[in-house]
Amino acid sequence: MSLIFPRKGLTAHPLNNSPDYRSTLKRAPSQPLILLPHMLSETTGPVFGHVAVSETDSDLTRHHAGEPLGERIIVSGRVLDEDGRPVPHTLIEIWQANAAGRYVHVKDQHPAPLDPNFTGAGRALTDAEGRYRFVTIKPGAYPWRNHHNAWRPAHIHFSLFGPSFLSRVITQMYFPGDPLFPFDPIFQSITEERARNRLISRFDLDTTQPEWALGYRFDIVLRGREATPTEEPHEH
Amino acid sequence: MSIEKPDGLTPSQTIGPFFAYGLTPRAYGRPELATEQVAGESVAGERIRIEGRVLDGDGEPVGDAMIETWQADSEGRFQAAGNAGFTGFGRAEATAEGAFFFETVRPGALPGPNGSRQAPHLAVSIFARGLLVRLATRIYFDDEPGNAQDPVLALVPAERRGTLIARRGADGVFRFDIRLQGEGETVFFDL
Repeated sequence: MSLIFPRKGLTAHPLNNSPDYRSTLKRAPSQPLILLPHMLSETTGPVFGHVAVSETDSDLTRHHAGEPLGERIIVSGRVLDEDGRPVPHTLIEIWQANAAGRYVHVKDQHPAPLDPNFTGAGRALTDAEGRYRFVTIKPGAYPWRNHHNAWRPAHIHFSLFGPSFLSRVITQMYFPGDPLFPFDPIFQSITEERARNRLISRFDLDTTQPEWALGYRFDIVLRGREATPTEEPHEH
Repeated sequence: MSIEKPDGLTPSQTIGPFFAYGLTPRAYGRPELATEQVAGESVAGERIRIEGRVLDGDGEPVGDAMIETWQADSEGRFQAAGNAGFTGFGRAEATAEGAFFFETVRPGALPGPNGSRQAPHLAVSIFARGLLVRLATRIYFDDEPGNAQDPVLALVPAERRGTLIARRGADGVFRFDIRLQGEGETVFFDL
């Protein structure tokens, strides 16, 4: 079995040239990208064992002496490849604002309170079936200066490696029914509606814990699928 | 066992400006997954230092970028192939001046398609506020004779090839600036 990395699924991604998101204007490359045949440097990638993750890393409500303020939530799901097979033992890193919409980051100037009991960063490894689970606080929306009265919908940043340099992705998970979606140029930079909607987690009663926390499900699909005998091992 | 085929890839979104306490959290006192020190002292090979800056279309520093590198060891082997202590993975947060560095071992050459040889290089990802999808490039080295036969450099128009090649200064440090846009724009790859 070997993984191949077809390019046709890449249309799900936004273009860096997305001028409604103003920070792209001086940062998006102006020259066309050069098609790179997949070689060893691309089809391999870093592997992170359990040494990278401690047990409490995935529970962001337990990183300080006290409990953070806000709505406790459980975010869980599976990491899959393009064929729907689990991506086991792969690292997920997350970071987010607190319940008031404030990031711990030193440059965040939003005048909303910091929470001494919440940093908002976590890590997890998927299990053998590609499953992961975080306990955290539902992040708040926050203003930014992209345009008049610009507000980001509540989101959690996700960073994943998967099996190779090609499967590396950083994305954002959103919450269902957010009224800010139509006005957010970062979310709207994904032009295919179906692809956009894949970034919206869904409320899930099965993973909701009674008297404790709401559950949200968010499955992540990374590049890579199994080669079939009719396919070349590398796409050129 | 039947497996349901997913609807499609999870789309990329920007890393945003506030990733440091999550991904490069040295200043926040949290443990780091990886740093700009790519190879520990026990790892065999020629020690090299690469320095550069990330610059935008106006030549202004990009002060909120994260740069990741991925490379083979000095014998052309990737992680977990009998080279203990070598991950081959580096991660750096650009400073407010857009500056970054990596300290590693010079990678070995690698096999390429159709019997070709790839000259030593690092695979590089650049993430930043304003980048909705990471940018991918490569760092080659100006003192490698194998560059002339490298199958990837051969794909790049000659006048832009230099943007992929780190230049060694009199101090022994390799310089590699990343220009996201405009004059001297770095070559980025469609993966």
